[in-house]
Formats: sequence, structure tokens, C-alpha cells
Amino acid sequence: MNSTAHNFKSNARVALGDQQLQSALGNLKGGLVANRTKARAALPEFEALRDVAKDIKNHTIANLDLYLEIYEQNARAAGAVVHFAETAADARDIILKICRDANAKIVTKGKSMVSEEIGLNAHLEAAGGIEVVETDLGEYLVQIRKETPSHIIAPAIHLTQGQVEADFRRLHTHLPKDRVLVEPAQLVNEARGILRQKFMTADVGITGANFLIAETGSSIIVTNEGNGDLTQSLAKTHVVITSIEKLVPTLEDLSTILRLLARSATGQECSTYMTLSTGGRRVNDHDGPPNYHVVILDNGRTDLIGTEFQDVLRCIRCGACMNHCPVYGAIGGHAYGWVYPGPIGSVLTPALIGVKEAGNLPNASTFCGKCADVCPMKIPLPDLMRHWREAEFDLGDLPRGYRTGLAGWAFFARRPRLYHLAAKVGIPLLSLFGRRGRFSSLPFAGGWTRYRDLPAPQGRTFQQLWAERQAGVTR
Amino acid sequence: MPLDTSKTTTKPQVGLFVTCLVDLMRPSIGFAAVKLIEAAGCDVVVPPSQTCCGQPAYNSGDKATTSAIARATIAAFEGFDYVVAPSGSCAGMIKGHYPDLLKTDPEWSKRAVALASKTYELVSFLVDVRAISSVDAELKVRATYHDSCSGLRELKIKSQPRTLLASVKGLDLVEMEENEVCCGFGGTFSIKYPDISNAMVQKKADFASATKPDLLLAGDLGCLMNMAGKLKRQGSRIEVRHIAEVLAGDLSAPAIGEA
Repeated sequence: MNSTAHNFKSNARVALGDQQLQSALGNLKGGLVANRTKARAALPEFEALRDVAKDIKNHTIANLDLYLEIYEQNARAAGAVVHFAETAADARDIILKICRDANAKIVTKGKSMVSEEIGLNAHLEAAGGIEVVETDLGEYLVQIRKETPSHIIAPAIHLTQGQVEADFRRLHTHLPKDRVLVEPAQLVNEARGILRQKFMTADVGITGANFLIAETGSSIIVTNEGNGDLTQSLAKTHVVITSIEKLVPTLEDLSTILRLLARSATGQECSTYMTLSTGGRRVNDHDGPPNYHVVILDNGRTDLIGTEFQDVLRCIRCGACMNHCPVYGAIGGHAYGWVYPGPIGSVLTPALIGVKEAGNLPNASTFCGKCADVCPMKIPLPDLMRHWREAEFDLGDLPRGYRTGLAGWAFFARRPRLYHLAAKVGIPLLSLFGRRGRFSSLPFAGGWTRYRDLPAPQGRTFQQLWAERQAGVTR
Repeated sequence: MPLDTSKTTTKPQVGLFVTCLVDLMRPSIGFAAVKLIEAAGCDVVVPPSQTCCGQPAYNSGDKATTSAIARATIAAFEGFDYVVAPSGSCAGMIKGHYPDLLKTDPEWSKRAVALASKTYELVSFLVDVRAISSVDAELKVRATYHDSCSGLRELKIKSQPRTLLASVKGLDLVEMEENEVCCGFGGTFSIKYPDISNAMVQKKADFASATKPDLLLAGDLGCLMNMAGKLKRQGSRIEVRHIAEVLAGDLSAPAIGEA
């Protein structure tokens, strides 16, 4: 997927002025956020589970080579074809070849952010002449609008119901014009009717995987709509596209983490469907895909092992960080400019496409800490964003004005005598100009005063007044 | 607070970490803090060699400058029984981030951890360390309180300010919606991303205004300047003040952003 992360500032400005988007984002608080709060409150061991889950993933990542081997061995023994893809291009080519070998005309897809990361749909369509149909409702909406997901679990969260109705009327022209599309259920039913035919005719079904389980060689999808199950069981070939850090050692570990996933994501105790796939259809099975491929993407992730960014590999893609992020809540997901928005994107995107392209993302945070607070895997997201800022600083990538300002401030902050002397002179002078108690514009604070007044200093500094008071006491 | 007779002659020595914003912009908060700490039975010393906790550098990725400032701060304050700052953000920096920042240096790491263990945000110091549960102040106002992020999430400050505000005679605390959501200040964030920062503080101002308070309070001057700046730009009559000024019963200085 092409990145516009370098345009973050202007993307954000556009988003802030988009009334439809702002109205759609207003639904976050009463929905996903409120539901998570309730689900967490109803599970007394939630905090303890976070620690256990964190340990499981830390252990897995520390022994990733070992568990990958165990996974691969068990998956192959169960009849899976396992492919390792070092880069996005490798993954695209592997999947295109599988589709070609299957003579695929139509491919159905369950929700997969990794497939967005590698730009899979465009590749299958352009290079393979294949019709690719997204079957998750949100993904379907995004696809028919030629957009990208704006959220990792709720891809169409940026849309209002009115926009969806308009799109359906525009595109589904074979249906009666006077049909009623007011209730969400009516919209879902219409999409279901259209997608049902695609499931029946698809040659290949592609899904992601929420986890890979080493001890059984299984993959699992965690879904609510049932589209993932139809995608993966009706076509003759099921392709799982996932990334290397999704491994867990055992089914027991999986159950522990699953208790956190749905609660953190949607506030459900568990999702409607949790479907494990272990190999393809066996001789005595009544259904299922005869061919089962698993494509495991690295795309730079293993480079993070052993670095200060390793913790990000614990992520289970629940979306809680973005649901609770006040910056995401203000601008939505598209402004971030690449696949993964919100706090997790602000850490992951620079790792995957470079800090030069995505440097704005880890900077666009107040470090309010809410994301780390709600992360079920206890990823210290603000700390990791700060590490990206350190990388940027070390590369000399800060804007020149900012760098100069910072260096000037640092010069004084490291020299207390000079600092207080400068403050003693400068602050009373500044306060003279702010007689109303505030400034409505200041030459060096334009960003601030465009929207806000800047409170003026009271007059003299505390250190000055305190020194006088102490002198008075001793006199 | 139980009286410890063995120690009546020597009061705990508190080093006041004034914070750069209070020092430069609003000394009245510093004096309110001094009054409250002294009333809690401590002596206050203000080391002149302090400047800033280093967050502007730390959050800009400049670790070398931050480490230099951290070491100077540790040296200036490690002799006191306690270090107290009228800011959750700066106290959180010393308490949470200094040890992390200096962890690769065995000597300074030890000193950072020692300083962290005796550093407190003002209100938390009064309630959690000095076991103060009421203040001697009277103010007939309707107030609302914003939980600043660092104090709330790094230092778990939530009940302490409310305990003390409840003891102010005549003060009626009305909680606003989303009182735990960031106001959009974020230090240099407010300058680097003014559009987003504005959207956040706009929401905060709306929620605060909806409670129709006379006073909007918080424990961090950065957040207060941001919220006051927005409210004053809108022509709001809500007075914005640091909680220390209210608890110390001294509102003689004009509110933030007013003359």
C-alpha cells in the first residue's frame, strides 16, 4: 500500500474539517470504548491475565525460531503447505502463484490487515486478472468505495450509515429502487445477499490469522460475521496470509490471550466465531478446502527482535489503543497515511516503512498514556514512540527551526545561573506586553495563538521572588 | 496525622521542584505550594540550581541533553528528605523516567532510583505522605477538575485532589464528562500539531463549560495554560487555576490568562 504518512499534517487538517468523518468518529465513545469498559469491569482477573499474556508473548518472541520450527513441522504433518515470505513482494508472488495454480477467477477474502500491508488485492487484480471480493462487511464497504480500512478491526468506522445507504443504492442497481435501507440489519442483509453468491463461486478463499498455534500447527480466525468461515471453507483452496509474530506455543496459551482479545477489541466476552484450521480437508471430512496454504510474512519484523522496539511484536491487533486515543478520535485512521493507524501504527509504521517516511506519526502524540493503559499486552506505546523520536533526533531529521529552538533552550537549561539571569530579564519584559494577562498573537507561537490565547507571565520569576523573600527573612 | 514525639524538633526537609512553567509563568502556584507544604509540617528549601525536569528534550528524542539535566537535578535534590513538585508531569518525569533514562550508568542509576523514591507531586505528597485530609480554606464556588494525564496515569493521582477539595468550605465540585481525557497540551505537541491540539482542547473546553463552573482546576500548569487559552479565546468567564492556589486559600493573583 502506498503511504501518505509524510503528509500527516495536511491529512489531519482535512480530517478535522470533514463533517461526515467527525460525525462517524463520535460513535466511538458510546460503542467500542463503553463496551470495553463494561467487559473489563466484569472480569476480575483482567489485570492478572494481561501479565500472563505478556509473558506468553515475550517468551514466544524470545524463542521465535524454535516455535516457528515446531509450528511448521506440525502444520505440514497436518497437511498444510507452509510458505515463508521475507518481503511483501515475496508474499504477493506466492499468493498469486497459488491462485494461478488453482485457475482462480474469483477470490473471496476475509479480513486481513497483513493483506493490506502487502497490497494484495491490487496485485491479484492487476497481475492475475482475478476478481477479489472482500466479504467482511466493513471491508466490503471500503472496497466498493475504493478506500482503505481506517481501523484495524472496524475498517469502515469512518463512514456514517447514510453514506453506506447511498453507496448501496449507487452500486446495487439490480435491486428494487423503492427498497427500504434504514435499519443496519437491512443494510447487512443486502450485503449478505450479494456476498452469498460470491462465496459459492469463489475458487480461492483468503483469510488472515489472529494466531498460529505451534503445538498443533493450526491457524485461527476470530470473527463476528461468519464471512471468514464461508470464505475459508467453501472454496477449494484456503490461503492464510499472516505475519511471523502471530505465533503462540500452545492452545492453552491461545485461550488465555483470547480472553483478552474480544474484551479489549469490541467489549464482547468472546467473538461470535473462533475457527481453528489444522491442515486441509481430510479423507473422511464432510467439507472444508482440499488445499490449505499458510503464508507467513516477515517484512522487517524479525529485525525488531533484540531492539528497543521488540515489545511491539506482542500486539494482538485488538484496536483498543486507537479506540481510546484522543488523537485518533480527532482525526480518524486515514490521516495516519498507511495500513496501521493509531498508537500501534505510530510505532509499527516507522518500523515497516521507515522513520523518514513516517516520522510524524510517533511525534503526533501527547504521551497521555491512555493507549498503554488499555493495551491488553501491556505494550509501552508512548515509550516506543519516544524511541522513534530518539532515532529521528540521532538521524538529524528534526525540522531546522525546531532543532534550533531546542538547542537554544537546552543551552540555558543546562546552565542554571545563566538560565535564571535570562529569565530575570526576559520574563518581566514579556509580561509587559501581555497586560491583558494573555497574548492573542505572538511571533514565535503562531501555532498556539492561531486557536488559543497564550497566558502571559505574572511578572517576575518564582526564583527571583523567593530569593527576595529569603533575603527579607534573614535580614 | 499521628504526632511523632521523637522527631518534633526536626521537620522533614522538602526540596521544592518549582517546575519551569511555574517559575517563569506563574510564581503564585509556587508560593501556594510552599504554604501547603509548610502547613503539613515540613520545611521548604528551593535549590537555585534547578531549571527544568528535561521533558522538552526527552520527548524530542534528545537523550544526551535530558541525561545532563537529570544528573543536575538529582545532584541538586538528593540531599532532601522529599522532593515535591506542583505538577504530575514533572514529578512523573523524575519518579518514572529518570531511573529509566540513567539505567545504563550504575552510579547514576542508583542515585536516580533513590531520588525517585522520595519524589512526589504536591497533592499526592500532602495526602499520601503527610496524611493530610483537609485544608483550612473557604471558597464559595462551583468548580470542576481536570485529571492531567501524567498525574493520573503515571502517579495514580485521582482521589487525592478530590479529598482535599471536598474539605474546602463552600466549594462544590461538579465532575465534567471525559475528565480523564487528555486536554491536547502535550508540551511541544501543542506547537507541532496545533490543529489536532486545538480539536482536543476544544472538546475539553466544551465539557468543562457544560458543568457551568466558576472555576476550572487541574494540577499541571501546562494543561491549565492550554485550557485557559482556549476558554479565554472563546470569551468564557470561567476562571482557570491551579488546585494549589485554591487549597492554599490564596486567590489574590488574577486567574490564568487574566489581568
